[in-house]
Amino acid sequence: MNRLVIPKTYKLYIGGKFPRSESGRVYEIATAKGTFLANVAKASRKDAREAVVAARAAVTGWSGATGYNRGQVLYRIAELLEGRRAQFVDEIRASEGVSVSAAERQVDAAIDVWVWYAGWADKYVQVAGNGNPVSGPFFNVSTPESTGVVAIVAPQESSLLGLASVVAPALVSGNTVVVLASETAPLSAISFSEILATSDVPGGVVNILTGSAAEVAPWLASHADVNAIDLAGAGSLEWVDLQIAAAETLKRVLAPEVGVPAPSLERITFFTETKTVWHPKGII
Amino acid sequence: MTAMKHTALAPAERAVELIGGDLTEKSLRLHLEGLPGVDAVGLEARAGALGARSIKTTSKAWALDKIIELIDLTTLEGADTPGKVRSLVAKAITPDASDLTTPRVAAVCVYGDMVADAVAALGSAHSAGGDDGINVAAVATAFPSGRASLSVKIADTAEAVVAGADEIDMVIDRGAFLSGRYGLVFDQIVAVKEACRREDGSYAHLKVILETGELTTYDNVRRASWLSILAGGDFIKTSTGKVTPAATLPVTLLMLQVVGDWYRLTGERIGVKPAGGIRTSKDAIKYLVTVAETVGEQWLQPHLFRFGASSLLNDVLLQRQKLRTGRYSGPDYVTID
Repeated sequence: MNRLVIPKTYKLYIGGKFPRSESGRVYEIATAKGTFLANVAKASRKDAREAVVAARAAVTGWSGATGYNRGQVLYRIAELLEGRRAQFVDEIRASEGVSVSAAERQVDAAIDVWVWYAGWADKYVQVAGNGNPVSGPFFNVSTPESTGVVAIVAPQESSLLGLASVVAPALVSGNTVVVLASETAPLSAISFSEILATSDVPGGVVNILTGSAAEVAPWLASHADVNAIDLAGAGSLEWVDLQIAAAETLKRVLAPEVGVPAPSLERITFFTETKTVWHPKGII
Repeated sequence: MTAMKHTALAPAERAVELIGGDLTEKSLRLHLEGLPGVDAVGLEARAGALGARSIKTTSKAWALDKIIELIDLTTLEGADTPGKVRSLVAKAITPDASDLTTPRVAAVCVYGDMVADAVAALGSAHSAGGDDGINVAAVATAFPSGRASLSVKIADTAEAVVAGADEIDMVIDRGAFLSGRYGLVFDQIVAVKEACRREDGSYAHLKVILETGELTTYDNVRRASWLSILAGGDFIKTSTGKVTPAATLPVTLLMLQVVGDWYRLTGERIGVKPAGGIRTSKDAIKYLVTVAETVGEQWLQPHLFRFGASSLLNDVLLQRQKLRTGRYSGPDYVTID
């Protein structure tokens, strides 16, 4: 007797929950060869709005955690990624049409990038912060702190490595994230959301939307409660318009990149604000 | 038992006219317990259906402005200070500094000892009995529990009125109501109403808080609503906001039905004020729909319908900014309360 295959319902990830799009829309994704792969939720502007609300609510807790604690939570995600390696390899092969070894290389690279960024969580402040010499009886210290809610357009081609390379650096300093996954290859992002849900990351810290970036990104770029936007995967969109919309509310904007952004300290410090404290010295 | 049944009640015009001249605990009980029971399933289904309406674009813009005009902007914290009241009043006068076309709220609602501060802060924006301007509402009668002697409650009310309160929000004695001593509750409302009288003979508006979260059944809510109206309340209000559940849509619908019945019976319009737990524009719009569908749009005026709320105003302002600018706004663009 043939067994009936149970197909998976692919949903959004908002505030630690897996809702369908409020619009009720889905879209079809196909393998690289064009055969049907899955129906995926197509997020609307209202889903983006809910995601920002969830992200904003999570800022206090996540940015208030110690760097050491954030590092551990992020490292735990890498552990879980490693455990579900086979699933990610299968999904990347199916949706990107690459060979097994290329898919494996991508998963390995994603895990390595994630661990690399996790390690920075309790170190970037020491490297990027500074004790400033001032002519007065004060200690004067500048430290980078998270900026708040970061909206991200993930790279379109590399579905897992691209996602990890843009989400991890924003999380390191304590920002919360609303990320638009690759439109054509969102399966890795959806499986990644299942890892987030079963890890120690508080709900709302990462929110993953699938669907049309061209439709949703303008709402995130103009959203007054989003503090920064990373346009890494927005190269094929009208990204200059997105920059202009973001400027209205003085957001930090990272311009589109070709391919996957390389790991760098700059991507961490870009989503921070510098706080300078003057503390009186005792007269000796 | 016999003695209680024949206790004479304080005179109250409405009750005397409706029930008859010999107003006693017995006749009051006969009337209130003779009210038909509430169909709870039907009530909740009706409220659910009214809450499912979709209000868009121009209707939404109208609704948002209307909600602001109907808000009693409230601060009822133990930590209230004159400064807090002044900033509340500033927000009542100018809800959104980035858009001066935003309407003003109906009233500010504070504890009795803060009335003088609110009146002073309002200055010329205070309605002071006139049609324009912002009212000052004071919670009185040992709010929120209502556990104090009648003389204390009357003194509490009278002081607030003397200090310039235009509206008094009183709480009923839920203990007495639930143990069936309707006459006692009735007498207290009548006495507090009397304490609302100003020197010139006019009355401060009296809102009677039923605290529906403690009344346990819809039947009790209906009885308490009738009781409050009969005793002379100008408004019936759901909750203090200190008890959960506070205002819910079915309870408000039920109270609106009572008010509608009273209007058909006497031609007199009584106000309704849901308070507590209404935090989003979406919720508030559901209430507007319910009012319009139950008693009619003529009830959507500040002297007949109010929202008791503090955080609701910020959400309405955010929605208003979204409609104006076409992009989503955020909490950085409204005041922190």
